[in-house]
Amino acid sequence: MTDQGPLIPRNRAIHPEPYDPGYKTSVARSPFLPLLSMESTPSEETGPRFGHTKLGALDNNLILNWTKGAAPAVGERILVHGRLLDEMSRPIPNALIEIWQANAGGRYRHKKDTYFAPLDPNFGGCGRTITDENGYYEFLTVRPGAYPWPNRANDWRPMHIHFSIFGHSFAQRLISQMYFEGDPLINHCPIAATIKDRSQLDRLVAPLDFSKSRPLDFLAYKFDIVLRGRRQTMFENKMEGM
Amino acid sequence: MVQKLETLIESASQTAGPYVHIGLMPTYAGNAGYYDEEIGTTPFLDESKAKGEIVEIVGSVFDGTGWAMRDALIESWQCDAGGVFPGDKGADPAFTGHCRFAADAESGEFTLRTVKPGSYKGRGGVESAPHISLWVVARGINIGLNTRIYFEDEDNANDPLLNRIEQRPRVNTLIAKKTGDGKYRFDIRLQGEGETVFLDI
Ligand SMILES: [Fe+2]
Repeated sequence: MTDQGPLIPRNRAIHPEPYDPGYKTSVARSPFLPLLSMESTPSEETGPRFGHTKLGALDNNLILNWTKGAAPAVGERILVHGRLLDEMSRPIPNALIEIWQANAGGRYRHKKDTYFAPLDPNFGGCGRTITDENGYYEFLTVRPGAYPWPNRANDWRPMHIHFSIFGHSFAQRLISQMYFEGDPLINHCPIAATIKDRSQLDRLVAPLDFSKSRPLDFLAYKFDIVLRGRRQTMFENKMEGM
Repeated sequence: MVQKLETLIESASQTAGPYVHIGLMPTYAGNAGYYDEEIGTTPFLDESKAKGEIVEIVGSVFDGTGWAMRDALIESWQCDAGGVFPGDKGADPAFTGHCRFAADAESGEFTLRTVKPGSYKGRGGVESAPHISLWVVARGINIGLNTRIYFEDEDNANDPLLNRIEQRPRVNTLIAKKTGDGKYRFDIRLQGEGETVFLDI
């Protein structure tokens, strides 16, 4: 195996601050001491692959996957699609993307969610897929509702879909959230506001995309995701024994 | 004005939130049977055929008040007993190297059952002591926290990462303590006294 080079060090300024008093739960869950920085090693540069996992035919269809195709979920039907790229603009193929979300009323199918918006008997709220050879992925789902959450006295989450993304390296691992173009709650959300760089927050907001919208069926939103890349120059040492 | 860089910027992290288990561990969230095959429930494809010593590591993730968090979710990644990463040539075919586990909703304790990793040589031929990489996410953690588990009963003296820790007592925060045959204890402290060394690699 040739050495693909170490991972490009993470620019933490473009990520949220771990300690952010506006998001109360972060106060006791953020390290006080500095992180230990060093160049990546095989432990960070390698990562799990999911070729051995059997994905079901409906795994990326949240409208149908909870009922195994028997009945569709309630809500505004949408396609969420995009590309997974690295910092060097290279598509990341064969990568696992998992999502979870509230139903159209803003309620999660989780034993801990007690919001009084009702569960939809036909909606489970999670999906997964593997990117194709061009790093492209698609999910069919319903638009999640906004919901209230315990933080300050009257905080509401904007409509959002949670994304969990694997690259090919364990240190590329990322969890983020996709927001929807035009949602006025984005500017009032303490979790969105943990990202201090406005252009970075804007990059988590998916635009309406008529190029993929299917007439009389669903609207589409585009959400591209960028993971860390790897540095390779003509001056790198090659890995010993590789 | 200068030339424009062609590179992209990494997407910003956001907290995994309180309902992360729906997406990553549906059975834990109360949605058993959602998928035909759940990802990461064990790092074994066939435990009976896996090479090396099977170990069980038990611990908790404590917040800055000393409370064992009930909602932490952890992923592990490691090489096999021979020091080869799954996917690389010669790796143990019975082992995936990847596991997902969560703090118990009642006790706040997690258990990782896996093989004890071997050691490997990295760039420049530097040998690492056996270790497991961890990635911790939960509500209130705005960007996933990376750390490593080393083992008390291994020779950790020349490990290149451990040797970079200036305050020597902090090395102990990365070392699992042996509690029995093949059993270890590894607690993670997010903040304050005994704070775990977290990594930026
Ligand atoms: Fe959410």
